[in-house]
Amino acid sequence: MTSAPISNGTAIPLSEVPALPFPDFQEFIVEACGDDHRLVALFAGQDLEGFAVLASGAGPVLRVVRTTIPAAGFPSITPRCPEAHLFEREIAEQRGLKIFGHPWFKPVRYHRALGTPRDAWDRTAPIQPGVAPFYRVEGRQVHEVGVGPVHAGVIEPGHFRFQCSGETVFNLEIALGYQHRGIERTLAGGPHRSTLKHMETASGDTTIGHLWAHCLAMEGLLDLEVPLRANLIRAVALELERLANHTGDLGAIAGDVGFLPTMSYCGRLRGDWLNMTAALCGSRLGRDLLKPGGVRFDVDAARVEDLRGRLEATAADTLNAVDLIWHTPSVLARLEGTGRVIPAQAKNIGLVGPAGRACGLDRDVRRAHPFGPFQEAAIPGVNEDMGDVAARARVRAQEIQSSVEFLRWALDVLRALPPGPIEVQAPRALPPDHLALGMTEGWRGEVVHLAVTDGDGRFSRYKIVDPSFHNWTGLALALRGEEISDFPLCNKSFNLSYCGFDL
Amino acid sequence: MLKILASRLRQGHRTNAFPEEVPPMPDRFRGLPELPGEPCPGGCRACVDACPTEAIGEGPRITLDLGRCLFCTACTDACPEHTLRFTDEFRLATRAREDLLAAPGEAYRVAGALEAKALALFGRSLKLRVVSAGGCNGCEVDVNVLGTIGWDLGRFGIQVVASPRHADAVLICGPVTRNMELALAKTLAATPDPKLVIAVGACAISGGPYRDQEEQLCGAVGAGIPVDLFIPGCPPHPLTILDGLLRLLDRVK
Ligand code: SF4
Ligand code: SF4
Repeated sequence: MTSAPISNGTAIPLSEVPALPFPDFQEFIVEACGDDHRLVALFAGQDLEGFAVLASGAGPVLRVVRTTIPAAGFPSITPRCPEAHLFEREIAEQRGLKIFGHPWFKPVRYHRALGTPRDAWDRTAPIQPGVAPFYRVEGRQVHEVGVGPVHAGVIEPGHFRFQCSGETVFNLEIALGYQHRGIERTLAGGPHRSTLKHMETASGDTTIGHLWAHCLAMEGLLDLEVPLRANLIRAVALELERLANHTGDLGAIAGDVGFLPTMSYCGRLRGDWLNMTAALCGSRLGRDLLKPGGVRFDVDAARVEDLRGRLEATAADTLNAVDLIWHTPSVLARLEGTGRVIPAQAKNIGLVGPAGRACGLDRDVRRAHPFGPFQEAAIPGVNEDMGDVAARARVRAQEIQSSVEFLRWALDVLRALPPGPIEVQAPRALPPDHLALGMTEGWRGEVVHLAVTDGDGRFSRYKIVDPSFHNWTGLALALRGEEISDFPLCNKSFNLSYCGFDL
Repeated sequence: MLKILASRLRQGHRTNAFPEEVPPMPDRFRGLPELPGEPCPGGCRACVDACPTEAIGEGPRITLDLGRCLFCTACTDACPEHTLRFTDEFRLATRAREDLLAAPGEAYRVAGALEAKALALFGRSLKLRVVSAGGCNGCEVDVNVLGTIGWDLGRFGIQVVASPRHADAVLICGPVTRNMELALAKTLAATPDPKLVIAVGACAISGGPYRDQEEQLCGAVGAGIPVDLFIPGCPPHPLTILDGLLRLLDRVK
């Protein structure tokens, strides 16, 4: 028994999680990933307690192991298990540990280590984001293009460094960390009064996805049974979040190839989806709707009717607007073959969400580790395999269809449900020395929250993995061999979160 | 092509008519708070204790700092007397930081127009450079939506531009993380004078939900940047943002 099983939305005592000697811990990860597993999370706590969580395609149960990480640093497993690359860099940065033999050993978010004077890069000067050697291609024809952190438009900050020959991109390196506001650092010792807000704003366009993952972890710790009514309302909000963002993304993709009809309609329709979320809770982003134990706003019969009507109207207009893409050869010609991520590479780096599904990776938390109503309502799988902009667009279009169908079902169930409670009271105290897992399928992909409690029932460590953490590397790979002028299009086709990555 | 034309007919004209008409707001929308005029019985301070951002002032009477408020209703949920509530008043932007303090029995001092000289410069054309400085991308979502055909910000001569050199105003979202401090300073320096600064969202005004974090500077205000227009909310509704911008330009009274 080298690992403990853990399911989405449950907690287990730490004593049940096997503590492996560090070399065995690393071998376990490498072997499992070489097999049919993938790395869902790898992280270190304050006292250098290390955890790894792995999922397989075989069933809903995940596996967790722990270890004690050597303070003197350790050899990297990234060469043998590429999907660990950023997790290892993150451990180095947060805990001030050196990692030997890592192929690209750089900071992740550009901050000092947490609660230790150690520094993985022996930096003494104040830390500035993006200040570290970038990958360079040498040669007389090669030139370098730097973009950001401040971008043209209304976009979060990040720095993009391209190595080009003429128009052709040899390599893109992405430096983030500008949005770093210390969410994980603050969560240690929590939950605090600000915790729910920090969860909602970990990535503010994924308010429901993140807060639901947090609620799942908390409800696992407290062993709460959330009323069906509340879970249905949560699921309605989650799918509305997906619809708003997928619609916006398809509009933005159309806009970047100069196809104004779809761009204009989708821009407006995105707002209509957001306004449906506002009908649930007053906030277009779904703020303050969820809380551990349930939801804060009920949806009565009249509201179900209203939403049902708006669903049909908005869905029909959205499908009509998106459909234009597939019937306009000049648009398709720009999307097909552009920004390709090869499926084998996608698997290696651990792509998730629509970007992964566009490469044939059938990864969807709603299907693989179902939570709430997704345990009953099966979400159809969508798998493209070209891994290009067109495939990422097609996946979104198909998911718009399936989300609409899900909402029809969920609202009908909600309508038939007799009035009842929308929350169970959550006790204040968390159980000591437990590990809890909450996962949702946000619109960008897998959202993972892991809570570890100490002997007093406070968080000793709280780990958040936004899907963007895995997927930014996918964007960098998609640009290889592309024209630099296609960067905006490729970028929109991923539409990743900066703040969700930077935390 | 025919499909595109058919779709054009179907999708119709959808720009809302603000400011002539106010588009319908969701019934659960939370705007300007209504505060109890009397001191609360038994020295109750349930709302003060519930607030995640210390937005509620402790005096004999309750005041509420909209520059910190996240409109989360933790306070109204906690209030045993139900005397504290949020109205649907979306006109919340102000010209001064202290005007964001809502107090019982006092009229809220919503933003007035720019002074005549500045109005002559910017009144008919205002180009914005947006700097996202460490927030959650929520404020960006609702600034962005103003550019869509639903709102069509361009009809007021307001536009987001791709260079600070072309900008009349810098619109700041986010609490200004230490990692964005330099980039924001450089953007401000690169924007020609005279320029305006607009702070959108609780983060940019006070640090919002991150106000206790050492990784940030408590917004444009905390970073010592003079602000000409404060737009509160987490995030502010697009209507609140647009109303604020139009007030500044003397396009609504
Ligand atoms: S609504 Fe505003 S004042 Fe009330 S608790 Fe939330 S942040 Fe504090
Ligand atoms: S004010 Fe609220 S919505 Fe705006 S950036 Fe800050 S946390 Fe996000």
